[in-house]
Amino acid sequence: MKVKSLIVAGAVSLSLIGATGAQAARDYISIVGSSTVYPFATVVAEQFGKTTNFKTPKIESTGSGGGFKLFCAGVGVSHADITNASRAVKSSELKKCAANGVDEVVEVKIGYDGIVLANSKDAKQFNLGLKDIYMALAKHVPDPQNPEKMIKNPYKTWKDVNSSLPANEIEVLGPPPTSGTRDAFVELAMEGGAKKFAHLKALRGEDKSAFKEIAHTLREDGSYIEAGENDNLIVQKLQANSAALGIFGYSFLDQNADVVQGSMIDGEAPTFDNIAAGNYPVSRPLFFYVKKAHVDVIPGMKEYLAEFSSDKAWGSYGCLADKGMIPMPEEERQKYAENIENLKTMDM
Amino acid sequence: MNTERQTTQRINKGLQRRYRAEKRFQRAGIGAICAALFFLAFLFISIFSKGYPAFQQTYMQLDIVFTEDVFENENLATANFPKLVRDSLFKMFPEVTSRQDRRALYQLVSSGASFTLHDMVQQDPSLIGTRQTVWVLADDDVDMYMKGKIDADEPQTDRRLKNNQLQWIERFQATNKIEKRFNTTLFTAGDSREPELAGILGAAKGSLLTLLVTLALSFPIGVASAVYLEEFAPSNKWTDLIEININNLAAVPSIIFGLLGLAIFINFFGLPRSTPIVGGLVLTLMTLPTIIIAGRASLKSVPPSIREAALGVGASKLQTITHHVLPLALPGMLTGTIIGMAQALGETAPLLMIGMVAFIVDVPSGFTDPATALPVQIFLWSDSPERAFTERTSAAIMLLLTFLIFMNATAVILRKKFEIKW
Repeated sequence: MKVKSLIVAGAVSLSLIGATGAQAARDYISIVGSSTVYPFATVVAEQFGKTTNFKTPKIESTGSGGGFKLFCAGVGVSHADITNASRAVKSSELKKCAANGVDEVVEVKIGYDGIVLANSKDAKQFNLGLKDIYMALAKHVPDPQNPEKMIKNPYKTWKDVNSSLPANEIEVLGPPPTSGTRDAFVELAMEGGAKKFAHLKALRGEDKSAFKEIAHTLREDGSYIEAGENDNLIVQKLQANSAALGIFGYSFLDQNADVVQGSMIDGEAPTFDNIAAGNYPVSRPLFFYVKKAHVDVIPGMKEYLAEFSSDKAWGSYGCLADKGMIPMPEEERQKYAENIENLKTMDM
Repeated sequence: MNTERQTTQRINKGLQRRYRAEKRFQRAGIGAICAALFFLAFLFISIFSKGYPAFQQTYMQLDIVFTEDVFENENLATANFPKLVRDSLFKMFPEVTSRQDRRALYQLVSSGASFTLHDMVQQDPSLIGTRQTVWVLADDDVDMYMKGKIDADEPQTDRRLKNNQLQWIERFQATNKIEKRFNTTLFTAGDSREPELAGILGAAKGSLLTLLVTLALSFPIGVASAVYLEEFAPSNKWTDLIEININNLAAVPSIIFGLLGLAIFINFFGLPRSTPIVGGLVLTLMTLPTIIIAGRASLKSVPPSIREAALGVGASKLQTITHHVLPLALPGMLTGTIIGMAQALGETAPLLMIGMVAFIVDVPSGFTDPATALPVQIFLWSDSPERAFTERTSAAIMLLLTFLIFMNATAVILRKKFEIKW
């Protein structure tokens, strides 16, 4: 009798769990993805939730890679609708999507984000070249005597790298390998600096993966310090240590411009206008990707996309620009607004 | 006689050495406690000093004219409330004419002001056509300036508030139309990207719902398991194995439980992501070992004489346990449960994998609504660039610590009150 009632209880609870699997009634948009795009997507989501009758979209900050994993897991109510990304989707990720039935994906670029190398305002502003950044931070650099050979990075102070820089020890606080900011920094700044060496430029043409390995590997002898994903912490550390430099996104520079200053890179200061005009070399585009199959199923998706692509949000004077995102030029905005209107899918 | 004195002297010297060694040991112990208290005081003082400004929020007084033509449409939500705010500001500062300057003036007021007006008119539609003085939330940059966090001596390009904006704020100050009030928004609102509109209610409710699920599941299962393992289970290889596994589970890093929750509850059973029910299930798995171990310890502490006496007067084994042993062991089990709950309240890592680390604005109302938890809210706020979030993060930490201290203090008081010293 006791055993029978236990079995009945077990069956009832299992069926209840199965019944709650009926998420067919999901009435909010589920968004995952980049922690860099997260501060911008949340602004639009909140406005959307407040000004319409739809529920506020739920936005998770999983990282670009993690976001694609969740996004490409399949089509259906239990999977994410939109993924944010601080880099373009890789072809391997698109293949995985197609393999799981996600074959209609709309790509939308929303703007640009500048990456700055900042230091405390108590110290002098740095004027760096991309070559200096590569020489200061890479694990392996070309031997000054014999440029074809790579040696372990011997430079201890900024003056060793470039005689016009101060004689401070090289100390840079930056993101860990899991961060999208790090990916963007090594791609834009480190590769850009490595390309200035003739031998490495040639290598890039012949063996791209070897070039990437040389350019992307950062030194581990204490001059580059992985300061975690919390950029507020890096700003605090810079205030405490005026000899150090920190790597973070433009929005943190904008909010803390009274205590930190961005270094000039190749003669360009990290100001809003310079990054928007494309003069500042270290800036990367931000994207989000939408599953076309979910657009008519989840209530509010079309309206959310329309809200994001309105000038009020991503325009030059919009709320995202207020938060530190660099807006796209007018023509690009038009192009992607049309993509959203027509739900133009990517080539998978 | 001489040897006696020599011996006494030697003994005395030895005694002195002994006393000195004891004193050194005592001082080392006191030193260790002082160091721990110092670090604790440092933690509390730094959090408190950063967090207490968050309990005040700047408000500005505006003269709003609820002109009728703005409310032509039946649907109140589509009325252009921002225009009412803008008109009021431009009337206060008629010399501000250029588009740039007007935009800068409008930025002094929070975007939540238009929602304040919307709520006012919704509650009392007779306000349409009248003129009212309304206190609205100021923007977070104005709030930071009023709290002294923005230095007017810095050059204009390095400040969030420009010179003209500072002048306008001074005008508000001169006419007493700007003041700091108690920040009720912190306790009544859900998460927001604007610091002045952000609150912990959503996260607190999410934590509450999650802990309710955890308590409802882990307490009965934990107590039942402890009773079975302690009283009924035979003492063989299998029960030894189970005991080792339970002790190990208590030491497993919490994120593993999150991975388990993701794999089983979300992927296999198909439960909705980011909901208190999944969060509660994951935290149940985490707190069960704690409750079982605490339960077994308190059952062991009930003396065998009680059990034998009960059996002696004719009670069956089950009656002995449910009528005599369990009530006596319950205080210990309760304190173990409260401590387990307090641990679960502070957990963030397992919630990461099941999707509760997310921006969720709406306050959850049920177990299947998406929700977040208080420590997660702190984590998300600490990552935001706006200066005003620094103080709100510390304020939320203070509130979380208050809850934890309260729960642990309850556990200690209950234990002291109901503990029976055999």
